[in-house]
Amino acid sequence: MAITPEEVRKVAYLARLLLSEDEIAEMAAQLSRILEYMEILRGVDASHVEPMAHPLELTNVFREDRVAPSLPREEALKNAPKHDGECYLVPAVLGPA
Amino acid sequence: MDLASLTASELAQWLCRGEIGAEEVTRAFVARVKQYEPAVGAFLTFDPEKALEQAAEVDRRRREGKPVGPLAGLPVAIKDNICTTDWKTTCASKILANFRPPFDATVVCRLRAGDAVLVGKTNMDEFAMGGSTELSAFKVTRNPWDLSRVPGGSSGGAAAAVAAGMVPLSVGSDTGGSIRQPAALCGVTGLKPTYGRVSRFGLVAFASSLDQIGPLARTAEDVALLLEVLAGHDPLDATSANREVPPYRELIQQPLPTIRLGLLVDQLGEGVDTDVAQAIREAVKVFANLGVEVKEVRLLHHRLAVACYYIIATSEASSNLARYDGVHYGYRCDEHRMEEQLAEERRRWAEKGPSSVAEEPDPPMVRLYRKTRAEGFGAEVKRRIMLGTYALSAGYYEAYYLHAAKVRRLIREEYDRTFQEVSALIGPVTPTGAFAIGEKIQDPLAMYLFDAFTVGANLAGIAAVSIPCGQTREGLPVGLHLQGPPFAEPLLLQLAYWFQRETDWHRRRPTLPAPDKPAL
Repeated sequence: MAITPEEVRKVAYLARLLLSEDEIAEMAAQLSRILEYMEILRGVDASHVEPMAHPLELTNVFREDRVAPSLPREEALKNAPKHDGECYLVPAVLGPA
Repeated sequence: MDLASLTASELAQWLCRGEIGAEEVTRAFVARVKQYEPAVGAFLTFDPEKALEQAAEVDRRRREGKPVGPLAGLPVAIKDNICTTDWKTTCASKILANFRPPFDATVVCRLRAGDAVLVGKTNMDEFAMGGSTELSAFKVTRNPWDLSRVPGGSSGGAAAAVAAGMVPLSVGSDTGGSIRQPAALCGVTGLKPTYGRVSRFGLVAFASSLDQIGPLARTAEDVALLLEVLAGHDPLDATSANREVPPYRELIQQPLPTIRLGLLVDQLGEGVDTDVAQAIREAVKVFANLGVEVKEVRLLHHRLAVACYYIIATSEASSNLARYDGVHYGYRCDEHRMEEQLAEERRRWAEKGPSSVAEEPDPPMVRLYRKTRAEGFGAEVKRRIMLGTYALSAGYYEAYYLHAAKVRRLIREEYDRTFQEVSALIGPVTPTGAFAIGEKIQDPLAMYLFDAFTVGANLAGIAAVSIPCGQTREGLPVGLHLQGPPFAEPLLLQLAYWFQRETDWHRRRPTLPAPDKPAL
């Protein structure tokens, strides 16, 4: 199963990665080779099998809804690349003016 | 007396009887790290001062007759994807190069409560994605048995540190073999506990339905000692099992029950080094002499495990690693340069139309994400994020992710059926001994296929252990893989314990070259 440079470009956008033209070409070749290997799964009839998302197959885990101490703001912001002491700072979200 | 040559259990006895002190023990291992770290490169952070402080505190408490924990005075190294407030937690990635977690992982709290002496953080493949530790953004770790070879991965630093006698105990993580495979290649004992046995709160997530934290040490007894401290229910991890922690150390020394083991014969044939296959067959004889019946078995779905694993693991990774956005923590690209570049692209787009640039310029926020991630992640991490995003994307989800999730159940069911017939499975951990540094780095698929024997246990969520059982003609360690049903840690470690009573592979040490200069 070959993946085209165009598809790589699209997936890179979805994955929020920025790839150079060289990287796109290399990625297309490598992913195609890996996906070709994945074809080994095609021959398996699993149409009647329930998918297994998790080894424990938990339904839900509940806890008491109680107020407890949480991370102080200062600590939560400590590792942020840019903040003003209250909020994270980011570039304009709504695109070019 | 070379303290660094003793096992953790031996050291614990000496410490307990007051024949040596925690500071003395810690100093011996610190000296060993200073001597061999330049050649091996197992650590990303090494903090002898903090280690000696903890050791002095243990000695003080012991002198005052106060109770101390089961790991009192024993040096422990922690893989750098496990959060520590004392030290940076980088996952060997540029994107977390300066990340200092605001909390300790639950296992770190448990180690502290057990009075372990934490010495630092070990090297790994970036975000635990890899099997050679060559994919660390910071340094290459070398196999103590042959410095031109890889230690395995992704917990390569953890395994190399134990093999080189730099620590008696270390903590790693295993998503597709990342504890067992380096343990095998470095000739130490490593356990991937059952999914849910050890809390993962504070383990940086790679693939959440597969990740598990576990111990590495010289012997099964030491692994049991460390597991008793690590295991247990944690309200902060909803997937942690609410189940009693058995006294592993005591249980594994009981005489072996009458059981039957299944030898995975398909893992001894084509593609497997004859020396590896021979070592496994010798191990079968050891078990036979111990009165254990061994029967040949085949897991037919196992040939699908690597493909199934790499779809599921990369899909989960693509989702888990979305959090590295250059906003909340971690690396952010140079914003000024990014804005300039974007302005230039916009100008060309407006002037010459769509054909002038490959795609429409992103909004600034989106470009910040993309550039940050492009600069912060290494090539293998990007490759896996791409593969996972592709497998989850519209039009491919059913063909890839959903189908793999169904095959995953077939693999689990086959294990379940097999464990009706045999109590545990034995086979090799890897098809060959440690490969040369650089040998597989250009070939991602070859690196993935090296995981063929280990990923099944993660897909099924079962327990598995790797123990040294021989050497190849080049003198490289061979690992024996024991896999058992969920929560079969006592049986697996009991088998390992009795195997190690009969053999001395776990006692053999690599000959490290004498350092050029005396210790710093």
